[in-house]
Amino acid sequence: MAGIVAAAVAAPSALAGGADVIAVGVLLAEFGMFRQALFRDQVRLYAVQSALISALAVVVAATRHLPDLYVLAALSFALKTVIVPLVLRRMLRGIGAIGGDPRWNDIAGSHALGVAGAVLIAIAVAAFGFFSVAALGLASPVLPATALSISLAVILVAFVLMIVRRDVISQAIGFLSLENGVSLTALVVAAGLPLILEVAFLFDLLVAVVVFGLLIRVHHGRAESMSTAELTSLRG
Amino acid sequence: MHAVMLVLLALPLAAALICLRAPLPVTRAVTALAGIASFALVLVLLPAAAHRDIGYLHVLRVDALSIVFMLATGFLYAAVAVYSIGYLRSEGPGEHSSRRTRQLWAGLNLFAWAMLAAPMTSNLALLWVAIEVTTVISALLVAIEDTDGAAEAAWKYVLLASAGLALALLATIFAYYAGAHVLGQSYDLGFTQLLAVARRLPHAAVQLMFVLAVLGFGTKMGLVPVHTWLPDAHSEAPTPVSALLSGSLLAVSFYAILRFYQVTAAALGPAFPRNVLLVFGAASLVLSMLYLFGQRDVKRLLAYSSVEHMGILALGVSFGAPAALAGVLLHVLGHAAAKGNAFMGAGVLVRKLRTKQIGAIRGGLDLLPWSGPLFLLALFALGAMPPFGLFRSEFEIVAGGLRSGSYATAALLIVAVTAAFLGLAASVTRMLMLPLPRPRTPAVERTPAAERVPATAGAPADGRAAADPATGGVTLAAAPALTRGEPSAWMVVPVAAGALALLWLGVHPPAVLDELFSRAVALLGGGAS
Repeated sequence: MAGIVAAAVAAPSALAGGADVIAVGVLLAEFGMFRQALFRDQVRLYAVQSALISALAVVVAATRHLPDLYVLAALSFALKTVIVPLVLRRMLRGIGAIGGDPRWNDIAGSHALGVAGAVLIAIAVAAFGFFSVAALGLASPVLPATALSISLAVILVAFVLMIVRRDVISQAIGFLSLENGVSLTALVVAAGLPLILEVAFLFDLLVAVVVFGLLIRVHHGRAESMSTAELTSLRG
Repeated sequence: MHAVMLVLLALPLAAALICLRAPLPVTRAVTALAGIASFALVLVLLPAAAHRDIGYLHVLRVDALSIVFMLATGFLYAAVAVYSIGYLRSEGPGEHSSRRTRQLWAGLNLFAWAMLAAPMTSNLALLWVAIEVTTVISALLVAIEDTDGAAEAAWKYVLLASAGLALALLATIFAYYAGAHVLGQSYDLGFTQLLAVARRLPHAAVQLMFVLAVLGFGTKMGLVPVHTWLPDAHSEAPTPVSALLSGSLLAVSFYAILRFYQVTAAALGPAFPRNVLLVFGAASLVLSMLYLFGQRDVKRLLAYSSVEHMGILALGVSFGAPAALAGVLLHVLGHAAAKGNAFMGAGVLVRKLRTKQIGAIRGGLDLLPWSGPLFLLALFALGAMPPFGLFRSEFEIVAGGLRSGSYATAALLIVAVTAAFLGLAASVTRMLMLPLPRPRTPAVERTPAAERVPATAGAPADGRAAADPATGGVTLAAAPALTRGEPSAWMVVPVAAGALALLWLGVHPPAVLDELFSRAVALLGGGAS
């Protein structure tokens, strides 16, 4: 506890402040996806969130002299900010969820809860993640502990997103942003993770995106909608 | 031995590549041969791994614990590869295009490859990657049937399992964080490195790591309350895939949890990880036992039985006594054989009667001279009847629980296992032993319509007759009569082999298994408390 109090009293360095600002940006993007009403904008927000994480990786690489992280930042940017959003947009365009029939573009109605209820739950869950991680007293060697708390908040909000949205695209985006939250955590507590393993994780993400895309297409082909409201035949 | 490991990694992958290109008869033969050869290679590795840890190329490592899980996967891979030949031959014309059949063969090989690779790595990060690969491949295999149910099950499965594995990735990252405190920033997450310095790892990080690992890998293992994808995926997947999912995939996820258990127990002492597993194990056992009563779908019934057995495994580890841990490892092998058999037997019934509804399946023993009795034996084995392997393993687990002083939990285990057996037996015996509805001879046709309609309506097996009573008699006569006989001998041989293996494990397990288990139990810190 003493360590936490001391850290709160001392003014943060420029690096710590900058890192926290980027982490907060990641969390805001997560909330944006949480409320977004159009597929296209949701994918854009995902790209922005990924870009912020790559930027943070560059900051850490520059200030902590971890040259591997430059490579990781570049790969992560290429994959998560460029390739994955492109793949998603192409697929959505192919099935008419971007452009085409406007009925399929709009997912504002896919919330299982009302606006206020959903946002309040997300805020409460984010606060829980933020403070509970701080209580564990995990100190990061490269970034302020606040960034770790924020990353856990991002992960929890991503879970809430997957739970309260009832369309396959939002759920897939929820999973992808969950993975972004995990990447942020990795950057804070495991910046020295060998590059080869990080690349393996990224490759795995790419495979997962392809499979998600295939299954979204299968779902769309059978249900003729993006909604998961009708996925209720298997129970008990 | 190193060459054997490399061949074992390359063989299923090569078979999968061949399956994507070669003509269909070749894909069948290649898959069956690759399955049997992989099983043989695991058997070659087995005696060596019972005596020493085999490490190779810095990331490959086979020890007494991993070989148990490779044995389960290797056996099921071989069994399922042979079974699938009959399964695909006996399906109706046009049920699968040749492209889908090819995808199924390639997918089976890839799936088995990832599950064999996972226990062979010494690196926690690569272990996570291998398990994530099993998720994406098996999700596609679940979707391959191209029905509404399969699409729904595959979507739920890929979403829940991926979200769970994201938590497991977080656990892996915290494992790195904990290790980096002692080993410096540039170590690569080998679990032997972590074990060597376990006592100096920071406690809060290790606790967080273990809970996240149980929650994350537990999602794939099917622990309650994160099991919800499991019955859907098991019931909607093609039968060979269901058998692999249940007997092998769940076990491999359990293997990952055991590796984290090893590190956590070495760092914090065994009490904390055992308590976590106790909670999840007891919840899985009790809840799945309740779901076994009143199931309507035969494959969902077997899926809930898998959740029950995963609960038994978690409880067995939570007891911690050496006998219980040895029982857990034997249980992994026995469950792979028994649940594989049960799914494959149920698959034959489903093929024969063209329905998965328990209420509509009748006369299994009359119709299937081999698969019927073998399915019944698989049920007895799953219910831990002697003389099968699961009786021995559950006996050891309970004995270990009593020895370690967990009387209440051991009693709960016995009660729940017995109740689960009753639930399973009530449904399975109904399917196998109740006689078929009256055979449709021309005599039925000649009876007046007024008498005929109630007679057919009483037989829910024939949906068409009930739906269309006016022409019911005619349709019935045109429908192929169900005659006694097996759909395919290919679907009997692997099940018979599984039954023999279960018998062998139960009556007189080979001595090399004893050596193997005692070495693996020592790895898991059996006895130290």
